[in-house]
Parts: sequence; C-alpha cells; structure tokens
Amino acid sequence: MSTKVIEVQNLVKRFGNFVANDHLNFDVYEGEIFGFLGANGAGKTTAIRILCGLSSPTSGHAMVAGFNVKNQPERVKKNIGYMSQKFSLYEDLTISENIRFYSGIYGISRADRIERERQLLRNLELEAERDKLISSLPLGWKQKLAFSIAIFHKPRIVFLDEPTGGVDPVTRRKFWELIYEAVHNGITVFVTTHYMDEAEYCDRVSIMTEGKIAALDTPAGLKQQFDTDTMDGVFLKIARPDK
Amino acid sequence: MIETYNISKSYGEVKALDQISLQVGKGELFGLIGPDGAGKTTLFRILVSLLLPDKGTAKMGGFDVVKDFRKVRDLIGYMPGRFSLYSDLSVEENLKFFATVFGTTIEENYDLIRDIYSQIEPFKKRLAGRLSGGMKQKLALSCALIHKPEILVLDEPTTGVDAVSRKEFWEMLKNLQTKRITIIVSTPYMDEAGLCDRVALIQKGKFMALDTPLGIVNSFKYRLLAINASNRYRLLQDLREWNNTDSAFGFGQDFHVTFKNDRFEKEELFRYLSEKGHTDIRIEEIDPGIEDVFMKLMGTPDKPQKADL
Amino acid sequence: MKRFIGFIKKEFYHIFRDVRTILILFGIPIAQLLVFGYAIRSEIRDAKIAILDRSHDEVTRQITNKILSSGYFLLSENLQSENQIEPALKRGVVKEVIVFENNFGKNFRKEGVAHMQLIADASDPNIAKLVTNYTRAIVNDYVKKEFPGMKMPYEIEVQPRMFFNEVLKSVYMFVPGIMALILMLISAMMTSISITREKELGTMEILLVSPLRPIQIIVGKVTPYLALSVINASVIISLGHFVFGVPIKGSVLFLMTETMLFILMALSLGILISTTSQNQMEAMFKSFMMLMLPTILLSGLIFPIENMPTVLQWLTNLMPARWYIVIVRDIMLKGADIFYVWKETLILIVMTFVFIGLSVKKFKNRLE
Repeated sequence: MSTKVIEVQNLVKRFGNFVANDHLNFDVYEGEIFGFLGANGAGKTTAIRILCGLSSPTSGHAMVAGFNVKNQPERVKKNIGYMSQKFSLYEDLTISENIRFYSGIYGISRADRIERERQLLRNLELEAERDKLISSLPLGWKQKLAFSIAIFHKPRIVFLDEPTGGVDPVTRRKFWELIYEAVHNGITVFVTTHYMDEAEYCDRVSIMTEGKIAALDTPAGLKQQFDTDTMDGVFLKIARPDK
Repeated sequence: MIETYNISKSYGEVKALDQISLQVGKGELFGLIGPDGAGKTTLFRILVSLLLPDKGTAKMGGFDVVKDFRKVRDLIGYMPGRFSLYSDLSVEENLKFFATVFGTTIEENYDLIRDIYSQIEPFKKRLAGRLSGGMKQKLALSCALIHKPEILVLDEPTTGVDAVSRKEFWEMLKNLQTKRITIIVSTPYMDEAGLCDRVALIQKGKFMALDTPLGIVNSFKYRLLAINASNRYRLLQDLREWNNTDSAFGFGQDFHVTFKNDRFEKEELFRYLSEKGHTDIRIEEIDPGIEDVFMKLMGTPDKPQKADL
Repeated sequence: MKRFIGFIKKEFYHIFRDVRTILILFGIPIAQLLVFGYAIRSEIRDAKIAILDRSHDEVTRQITNKILSSGYFLLSENLQSENQIEPALKRGVVKEVIVFENNFGKNFRKEGVAHMQLIADASDPNIAKLVTNYTRAIVNDYVKKEFPGMKMPYEIEVQPRMFFNEVLKSVYMFVPGIMALILMLISAMMTSISITREKELGTMEILLVSPLRPIQIIVGKVTPYLALSVINASVIISLGHFVFGVPIKGSVLFLMTETMLFILMALSLGILISTTSQNQMEAMFKSFMMLMLPTILLSGLIFPIENMPTVLQWLTNLMPARWYIVIVRDIMLKGADIFYVWKETLILIVMTFVFIGLSVKKFKNRLE
C-alpha cells in the first residue's frame, strides 16, 4: 500500500474517569476510503475531534497528513477538510459567497479560486444557481455543495461525519459518487455513517465499541471473519456480542 | 384507527403535503418512508392535532383531529422527531413527569412498558442527557406509552441511532403490536420498510406508493442486475455509458442497474465490460428491494428543479 | 391537581439543577443591590468640608456638630475669612464650604431669619448637588427638631422632595428601581426562556398533545417563578431596609401586594414574549430589548423622567416599571396607602390584564 496519511498509536482520551478512546491503533493510507463505524457513544466523535486537531489526546501519538495533532494542530487543520451533517454552509450567504469565504480561510489565491469555483459549479451543474442563497437549495444539493467546498482547498484528507443522514436514496448515492471522484483525484476519505450499505462502499472499515476498535478490515474480510454475509451482521455481532 | 382524506398543507409557496389519503387499521404497524423534507413530520403533526390541514380531513380513532382534538390527544402517544425529553431530569423523573401529566402513574401501566423500561431501569437515576442514543430512544418510547395510548405516532424514532439500537427498537414495536396498539412510524431508512405491515413511500408531499412491502416490491416490473467488478469507480462510469443503461447506483458492494430495454442477454453486458478492461466481473439477476422501488419511482432528479428553488 | 403539582415539581428540578438559573435568580439581585447600594453610598461618605463661622454661637455650633456627626462629612479646616474660601476649594480636597453669617443665632431667634451659604465644588456637579442637598437636609432636620413650628428661610429654596428623602437620597431611590429591574428580569425573562426552551427541545409538542390545557401549562410554568420572585422581592426589601436603612413607612403587607401585582404583570409579559419567540435566543433578546433596556433607561431608575425630551417622557408612560417605582417609593418613603397610589395601581392592573389576555389568545393549542 501507499503512504500513511493518518497514523494512530496508542491514542487515549480521558474525560475524568471516563475513557472515551482506549488505546486506539490504526493507519489510514493515501487514497483510500476509510469507514469509521460504531454505536452511538462508542467514542467516534471524540476520535475525529482529536484527528482534526480540535482536541488534544490524553496520551498516545497521532499523525495526520504528516503533522502531529498534539503539537501542530494548525498545520493539521490546513491539510484536512471537514464536513458534518450538522454544520455545512452559511444559509444566508449565496453559493459564491460561501466559496469566497472558505477560500479566504484557507488562503486560496483569487485566480485559483475563480478557476476552481468555475470547475466546481460545472461539476455540480449549479452554474445558474451561483448567486442563490444556500437556504433556497434542497437538502441533497446543500450536502453535495458542502462536500465540494470541504475539499475546495485540495486537502490531503477529508473527514465526513455522517454526511448523508436523512437524504433520499438517490441523492445519497450521488453523494457517494462525489466521494469516489474525490478519491480518484487523490484525496483520502475518512467517513462515519449509520447506513450499513455505505460501509460496503469503503475500502476498509473499523468498528468501535466502548472506546476501543473492535474490528478493522476490508468489508469482505470482516464478513468472512464474523461469518455473515452483510455488514449489518458484522456490526450486530460486534456491538452486541451477547446476542 | 387512522384515516385521512385528501390532506393538503402548504407553507407559503411550498407544498408540504399534496392530497394525502390513507387508512390504517387497528393493530397495524404502518410505515411512512421518505427522505428529510418529504412531508412526514407535517403529516404526523396534523394527525396529532398540532397542525391544521389546509384541505382535507383526518380522523384518529374516529375523532376528527380538528373538531375533537382533545379526544384525539387522549388517544395517542406521540414521539416527536427529536427525542423530546428533559435532559436535566433523570430517567425516572422524566417518566414520572409524563405519567402525572397524563394523569396516571408508572405502576398503573408498568405492564405495557416493562419490556422496554426494564432495559434502562438500571440507569433510572441517571440524567436523560447522559444516556446514549439508543437508551434515550427507549426512554422516549416509554414516555410515549405511559398513558396506554391506542395509537402510537412515532416521528423518525430511529434517525441518528446506530444499526443495533435500530434493530432493537423495531423488535420493541413488533412486540407492542401484539398488544393491539396501532402504530404509525416514519423513517428515512429504506431497509426498515420491510418490518412494517404496510408502507407508504413519500416524496415531496406525495405518496408515490402505498402497499405492503411485498406488494411494493412486486410492483417493480423491471429487470434488475447486480454487477460487480474490481474497479468500482470506473465500473460505474462505464455502466452509465452503456447505451442500454437506464440507471446505475451503488448498493453495498454491488451496483444495481436497470435498463431501457430489458430484452438482452447478460453476456452482451459482460462482453461490453470486458472490452472496457474490467476484471472479476460478476453479473447477477436479482429481485428488487424497497430502495430500488423508491429510486425508480423518484426518477433521477439531476438538478434542483424550479419547484425546489 | 396532581398533574399540576407534578408539573411544578418538574419546573423546580429544572431551576435547581441549572447553576446559571440559580445565579440569575438569587446571585444577581443581591449582588446588584449591594454593588449599587455601596457604590452610591461611598460617593458621599466622608466628604471633606470647610466651615467659615462668623458667628460662633450656640446655634451654629449645634448645626456644625450635627453636620459633622452625620457620617457624611469630615471637617477639613476652619476658615477665618472669605478670602480663604476660593483657595480651599481650589485645592480640590474640600467639596463644600459652609458659611454662617454674623450673629446667626441671634438673628435666628429674634427675627426667625438667618443666613447660611453653601459653596460647593461644582467641578463634579453630581457630587456638588448631593453634598449641598445633604447639608440642607441636615439643617432642615435640625430646625424641625429644635424649633418646631418655626421657619428658617435660606438663600436656596428647599425642594419639597427633600422632605421625604432627608439623607442618602440615591440609595432610597435605587431600592425601588432595582426591585423593578430584578423582578422584571426574573419574572419576564426567566419564564419566557423556560417556555421557549420546551419549544426548542420539542417537549412542548408532547405537552400540547397531552391532556394538559394551555392555561394549565402556562400556570404551571409561571407558579415557580412567582414564588421565587416573591422570595426575591422580600430579600431585596429586607436588604434595603436593614443594610441600607431605607425606611418602610407604609404597610409592608400593602407593599408586598403591589409587588405581587407587578410580578404578575411581568410574568404575563414573559409569557407574551414566549408565545412570539421560537427559541431561547430570541426570547432572551426580546426580553432584553423590550424589557430590560427600557426599564433601565426609561423608568426613571437612572435618568430622571423630568429631564427627558417630551417624546421620551410620553414613552415612559408605557413602562410598567415606571408606575411600580412610583408606588414603591411612595409606600416606602412616604407611607402612602392605596388612596394615594390608586392611579398607578390601576394602570398596572390594566396592563396585567392586557398582557394576560394577549398571551392566552396567542398561546395556541397547536403549533401554528
């Protein structure tokens, strides 16, 4: 496999007595789609926050895009993109204004911005909507746009936190096609989801329970390991071993 | 138990519901399946008498939701879209509060909620805000059941909850059904449709289909192939380029493909893909699922349509 | 009834589990009163004065003693001649010079007319005004006590308001004002926030579809805050009375009754705000813009109404707090009864009914 974009070694995060992340160990390689699954409260969000440089680990080591999340969070942030279902774009700004805003944040030059904006709009077939407010777009389009803007500064890796919640099945798949396209263009994707069929779209999948990574393999490998033919089955066996 | 006739509701220019009619019988588990913004919540709020329809009528347990709204409210247990609990009250205090509000006690109706509540009872002193998503969901359901409603209205109870908790939740609903409680539930997860007695597929305020899950699946009259090959990204592009392809979408590890003309040999497609340089090609005839039907009925909204903007 | 008690119990859980709420409810009122009270009091404590006594008789000595023993003034120096007055003030230490005329006591006893002059350092006009007012009040008091039935004309006109507010004018004025402010804050803001919070959480949907009627929800929401507000009002009044010595000349019972009326008014305002707000932010913003700021600025709490432009003066009539402040001042300082403040009371009653009426009409059975 190619270079590691994320390296996590013995990562621990404690909140008081509560251990949210208990010695996590995993690597994510350049150009792969890494599925990060787990039940609610398993510690996914905590781990993502650490990897994005928003929160400091209690102990252990994590490198993202070649930078240490503990000492160089600002460098980490410059090299990643982030999108979640909750936060995406400013509703009261137009598409173009949102793009300009994010370009400003990441220091993209005017010439680059204009060129990339044209490409992005052509790609999403939104040229005519350039000056429309985000709030006037349907949900699915907002999400596609949010994703495109999250990778607008060409980060090495993009974190997607439940990006497709509540979207209709067609839009959801179109969204995944965008993800494939991004991967095709060399961006690594780190994604969480509650849709088990989406787990199958990932190159490798990790499943967390109670702060630990309980399993990590390709979808096919996991299904074999747990002797079931759906990811649903894998998940069920890991999250509720007693059943 | 639930009847609506031609219910329409608009917010300004936006038509949230467009001539919705449905009947749900006693003890039925009815699913309303559709994405966010399809009109599910609006319909439910009309059913629980929180909103007035612009047109049409709705009855719950024989009572009109507009004229006899008080009687309707006595009959129903309602779980709104967000888990509506007091996060600064403990599990037990939440349940107690909703019991007293409905003029009953936990003990009186403990039978009904035992199976569900017993799972969270060990944590009854914990604040509701500190529960995991699945436990919150169980508590919310217990609260909605505490006054022994005849009809349960559950608005997206499984959204944002992990797959395991979702499964458990549906088992609980199945269990309640045996107690002759009528349940209407909405969800954006297509895979949950199969667990309902009957489902309505809703999109943009309209029912696209209303039938048993089997009936809906059987209404799909097209040929459906599941296709797989080593390079997924290129496979999808090549499939879309094939001149007989109508639609191609990812389903788990495969792509489900429908065709403009269903009369052709599998080998034809195989040859096309081989020529494009694909390896490990696997093509299989399959039966459709609810999601295939939904997507077919939706068509392919490639661009935000004028009505959306 | 059981429903109602259950509801109220729940409200108290909310209140007592939220540190911020507790702070707003109890910390802020007490802190505010103490800060305002002490800040204002220290302004005029130990003000340095100089005295030029040309008479040196018994009356001037008595007046001087009374002024110096009041606790507000410290004698900086005794002046011997008029030329010394200006330099004394110029040094900036002395805030006020008191000049007694020749034969002060004799004139006073014989002709009932004596003259004293108060020269204040007006570089800080507020302090100058306060200092002279205090002095006049003390002299007035002296005359009233020592020579009942006599009248002593001054070179400065005595304003009738002085009579009711002999010393410590500001704290006296502030206690009613702060009461109005705090009761407004707690009653209106807290209720509107607690109602909109349920809207935000989605629990309001459940409460609405429950057998509870809107009026029960409203009353259930409001009762805890009514109770807490009454407690708060008592705390403020006690603090004002025992710590700052604000007199309560009228009936305490009557004062509390009027206070309850004002709280009710504020609560109904809070409900009205909550019916027009979708979330806590909006409710907080509206409470602040519509209630707090006008109460502070337009009720006469800080800026005297008489000094406002006519348009603003007219606007102050719409401020419930304005009428309440008048009522409280009249009861506490003048010992007024209902016949004295019936007009203000009536205005508050009318306002309360209007707000309740509006909010019951606006508080819907449904979500729209």
